[in-house]
Amino acid sequence: MRDRMLIFCGLALFVAVFTYPVLRAATAGLVAGPPDMQLPATAKQCVADTPYMRANHMQLLVNWREDVVRRDIRQIHAPNGKVYSASLANTCTGECHAKEQFCDRCHTYSGVSGPYCWDCHRDPRLVARKAP
Amino acid sequence: MSITRKGFLQVAGASLLALAGEKLVGSISSPEPGKPSRPTRWGMAVDFQKCRWDKGCDRCLDACRQAHNVPIIPDAKHEVKWVWKEREPNVFPQQSLLLPAAIQSQPVPVLCNHCAQPACTRVCPTEATWKREDGVVMMDWHRCIGCRYCMAACPYGARSFNWSDPHPYLAQSSADFPTRAKGVVEKCNLCEERLAQGERPACVEACAEKALVFGNLEDPESEVRRVLASRYSLQRRPELGTGPSIYYLI
Repeated sequence: MRDRMLIFCGLALFVAVFTYPVLRAATAGLVAGPPDMQLPATAKQCVADTPYMRANHMQLLVNWREDVVRRDIRQIHAPNGKVYSASLANTCTGECHAKEQFCDRCHTYSGVSGPYCWDCHRDPRLVARKAP
Repeated sequence: MSITRKGFLQVAGASLLALAGEKLVGSISSPEPGKPSRPTRWGMAVDFQKCRWDKGCDRCLDACRQAHNVPIIPDAKHEVKWVWKEREPNVFPQQSLLLPAAIQSQPVPVLCNHCAQPACTRVCPTEATWKREDGVVMMDWHRCIGCRYCMAACPYGARSFNWSDPHPYLAQSSADFPTRAKGVVEKCNLCEERLAQGERPACVEACAEKALVFGNLEDPESEVRRVLASRYSLQRRPELGTGPSIYYLI
């Protein structure tokens, strides 16, 4: 038991070094909070509830795409009883969400770099801004 | 009152027969609910006597470009065409003897023929292009892998490939219709997005001379059928058996 001092010092050093990045980030305010999602000012209801949209919006959009392009079904009868036009550009970004303040912020936060939907289905706001 | 075994079997057998009979009669007599009884095949007639292409009119081309974000690319090799002007002998080869002199000397407006037997849809390896029941030869740009088999198959040159990002070449930009990305093939979609709203194609609406007559080729009462019945018309390259839905009134 003569090495007790040495062992405890070593343990303390290990814990300090191991937790240093976390501690430093926490104390210096570097921990990123949840993204500042700008919700639409007017619309209060999405085509489906928030947990579903958060987890499955990509599948929902793919289903819309197949319906519109391949089956000529352009109307969505949402669970909330409303009827929407199945369009990313004209319904999602056109009526509610700004691409930069909503889609991009969450994708950046969660490290999702994949979706290139907007290359072709452009946010009407951005198109209007770009126009001369 | 008790039922005998024989009586039970007789009643059960008769019920089954009645059910089968009803199914049979139903399947023969009435079409699927919700489907229109009259078939639809959208088509168009281009009237060269009314069309002012010889005066440099570009209205149909402009309307199409604006409606579908069709880029104007100066390099002819990379050009993207939905409606475009084509010059003889590429328009009516083998029929040039029938043509008035004006058509032989000037480029005339042409578009995808939305063939009854399209060659392009047969060769697509990903089913990114197909023939719809209403006659439109449709594309799914999400699914196109850019192999350009359809371009090789189309005898009319109606399909264009996006060799580069088309966005810098968009003159007027509209958010109502998606743009395309580098590496996909595109062509005229007969304004299927407008047909879904009950409207006529943008080029037909834009033509001040009413030289483009649009309608259902299956409906003998439609405007396009009436004009085809009363005038002499040509299809492009009928010898290939593709059955174009676009007619040209000479």
